[in-house]
Amino acid sequence: MLKKNIYDVVIIGSGPGGLAAAVAAKKEGAEDVLVIERDTELGGILLQCIHNGFGLEIFKEDLPGPSYAQRYIDECLELGVETMLDTIVLEVTPDRKLYTSSTKYGFVEIQARAIVLAMGCRERTRAMIQIPGMRPAGVFTAGTAQRFTNIEGKLPGERVVILGSGDIGMIMARRLTFEGAKVERVLEILPYLSGLTRNYVQCLEDLDIPLQFEHTVKFIHGEDRVEAVEIAAVDKNWNYIPGTEEIIPCDTLLLSIGLIPENELSRQAGVKLDPLTGGPYVDESRETNVPGIFAAGNVVHVYDLADWVTLAGYDAGKSAARYAQSVRVKESSHIPVKAGNNVHHVVPHSINKTNLSDEQIELQLRVRQPVEDTVLIEVHDGENRIARKGALYARPGEMLTVVLKERHFADVEKADSLTVDVNPL
Amino acid sequence: MQEKYDYIVIGAGVIGCIIARTLSRYEGRVLLIDKEPDVCMGSTAANTAIVHAGYDPLPNTLKARTNVAGNAMWDTLAGELNFPFERRGDFVVAVGEEELPALDTLMGYAKKNGVPGCALLSGPEVRRREKNITPEVSGALWASTGGITDPFAVTVAAAENAVMNGAVVKLNTEFKDFIMEGDRIIGIKTNRGDFYSRWVVNCAGLFSDFVMHQAGVRPEFKIRPRKGEYFVFDRADVQIDNVLFPVPSDKGKGILVSTTIHGNTILGPNADIIDDKEDSSTTESGMNEIWSGANKLVPSLTKKHVIGTFAGLRPMGNAPCKTPGVDYNKDYIIEIPEEVKGFVNLGGIESPGLAASPAIAQEVVDLLKDAGEELRVKKDYDPIRPSRPRFREMSQKDRKLLVDMDPTYGRVICRCENVTEGEIIAEIHAPVPATTYDAIKRRTWLGTGRCQGAFDTPRVVEILARELGVSPLEITKRGKGSEFLFRPTKKVEK
Repeated sequence: MLKKNIYDVVIIGSGPGGLAAAVAAKKEGAEDVLVIERDTELGGILLQCIHNGFGLEIFKEDLPGPSYAQRYIDECLELGVETMLDTIVLEVTPDRKLYTSSTKYGFVEIQARAIVLAMGCRERTRAMIQIPGMRPAGVFTAGTAQRFTNIEGKLPGERVVILGSGDIGMIMARRLTFEGAKVERVLEILPYLSGLTRNYVQCLEDLDIPLQFEHTVKFIHGEDRVEAVEIAAVDKNWNYIPGTEEIIPCDTLLLSIGLIPENELSRQAGVKLDPLTGGPYVDESRETNVPGIFAAGNVVHVYDLADWVTLAGYDAGKSAARYAQSVRVKESSHIPVKAGNNVHHVVPHSINKTNLSDEQIELQLRVRQPVEDTVLIEVHDGENRIARKGALYARPGEMLTVVLKERHFADVEKADSLTVDVNPL
Repeated sequence: MQEKYDYIVIGAGVIGCIIARTLSRYEGRVLLIDKEPDVCMGSTAANTAIVHAGYDPLPNTLKARTNVAGNAMWDTLAGELNFPFERRGDFVVAVGEEELPALDTLMGYAKKNGVPGCALLSGPEVRRREKNITPEVSGALWASTGGITDPFAVTVAAAENAVMNGAVVKLNTEFKDFIMEGDRIIGIKTNRGDFYSRWVVNCAGLFSDFVMHQAGVRPEFKIRPRKGEYFVFDRADVQIDNVLFPVPSDKGKGILVSTTIHGNTILGPNADIIDDKEDSSTTESGMNEIWSGANKLVPSLTKKHVIGTFAGLRPMGNAPCKTPGVDYNKDYIIEIPEEVKGFVNLGGIESPGLAASPAIAQEVVDLLKDAGEELRVKKDYDPIRPSRPRFREMSQKDRKLLVDMDPTYGRVICRCENVTEGEIIAEIHAPVPATTYDAIKRRTWLGTGRCQGAFDTPRVVEILARELGVSPLEITKRGKGSEFLFRPTKKVEK
């Protein structure tokens, strides 16, 4: 049984964002903090990410996913965070009631003073891009194949084609190769990489796995199990170029074609979503439009690194704890943060001027088009330039940031809105 | 030892299952076979899921008669078998003045076929009832008896009720040939041995031509598969709440925009005549055709929330209508042929076969009676097939009661559609057991949501393996050859 049914802060999801939110909420003084996780262990998707590359930003160490998760799990348990595992949240109401269900606890109603949404994201599927063909076994999202391989210990394919150059796809290319499978090809419909350059180098280049840009799958063959895929080159409008078709025999097609923030619960709770990110509109404290409901990590927008999800989780957990303890100033005066030149989206979407304190505000953004030359990231209010920062290049696959520090706050106070541009130098 | 039956039904689609269920009402042993590992894997698996009102078939055809008679039987059928069915009504939408005469033709058919509850509506009236419809709508035929249902649920429920009433279902069992004694059929040969029976009923759908040819009946009859492709939308993104047909063409009822009984918007089908009876692939051209066809009725459709595409094959036949003076050569075959004894022959049961299925079963019973079968109702016949709990359709209060009663219903395995472990276990041990991933998907609707099984698949594989007592490596998507997993990963030496 649960100790209580009223909590200061309830966190949905125990990936990097959820765990960090729990730690931060406790440290900020929230007494009763509960993490609800649908899997049987804490850690979320980190548990199936047995590759390294986690912790470089925060710990300056190169850790595998489960070890990275364990540091936060240990901290949560030391701080007395309560957990409900193997439990699903069925519904969140705008007045912060949660309906949960599990075999162990049964059907339980919980009231939260504040909630942190940390459900992460889900993978885009075959249906979303409508790949024509048969519907055999052997078409998996990269993450599902990763779970089968790393958690269940069973290999989902021997001869593999991967569509999409997302990070999980490239990491699975290497993982399956280590397991003795043959990865025939990685295809990317865009003329540039979707994932991180470091994953391309370590997972594809080092293992001689060919990557083809501006190529996609045209047809899936196989009645019971995948037997082959027909691929083709595409033009700028993603139309197949006749004569470039090629049949690649394989038994498995992995899809690494993007991630979508998981927000069905948010929607039910009345949280407004940004169609560009698929996640909630949040302010700098990670609060959504519904008072007392905060959101952190991939549920807001998809990050490149778990470390950054952790940092976002800290912010959300801290704000949620303050809200639960009525520390936070409740009146608000929000100004929007807008995406300007070559910027796809910026998070946070707004800044609450009444919250401006000694803490810095990091603006996170993605560009629309790659620029393989030095760029300038500028924050302005239309007339005044408020902050600027250079970068050696700008790629859609790699998030950019620019920080507003205390010295910028006077300008922010005066502004009606902020705009972020990424311009060539 | 010989396995002897009174009635063998070949093919476990909706027609075969409802006929088996109807025959299980009477004394005698019923065997239902199918070559696939589950019921409902052919034409019944992939269609528009509409119980047609009956204004579409040409008057005086078997299609028209069984459609209208069948439609009227669905309330009882749904009540007895406990599957979802709703008389939502449907619209045939005319776009532009030039399509209006087609509505008059259909209204004429409706009157001749005896379809109750039809009316012609003006363009503005149609727009008032469905705001998303194209502004160019000029009018519609409204048929209040049109229904929507879940064809899997119907078929599974009918098969289960047949089993409850003593019928035997053998899956993975493929018909090869008849066993004859003179001009009388006395049994069938299958890949799993010979089975003897006094009667054999051909419900083989796409393969009904093969079955009747093996009996030496109608050598000129040929099934041409007519492929139809579909788009399905996320339930969270309802684009339309009605059933909208375009005016029909010579290719059929056309590309409709419809809602399913589960609340998903669905678009389709096109109608492509193909040769391969196993080719249920979607095609780029087909999907483009559907998209433009659907946009003609509802211009506001957006592809953003498409969560699935699929294709199905309708078994289009070439049998001439038997009514004198009716020039139509795609009618149903429902007959006891003269040239062989012990054979009930059905063929070409394409749309509106789902709507017509209960009436077709009744016609089969009538034919058997005419042939001298006594057909005495069993004393212990039970027409009720109880429903099983569906967590996602329940109120939070009822969910609590269910989970208190059986905690396995508390563990949600499919997060998009809220399908629980308890439901999966119940399906694996049901009267017609679900033994593949797809069989569970069809029965529970698991894996049909936004993530398309990405989350639930590993968990369902694990539950199936545990409940069936086999290795996860043996679990298949839809029968042998469609295993998900190849081998264990490398072991770490300690």
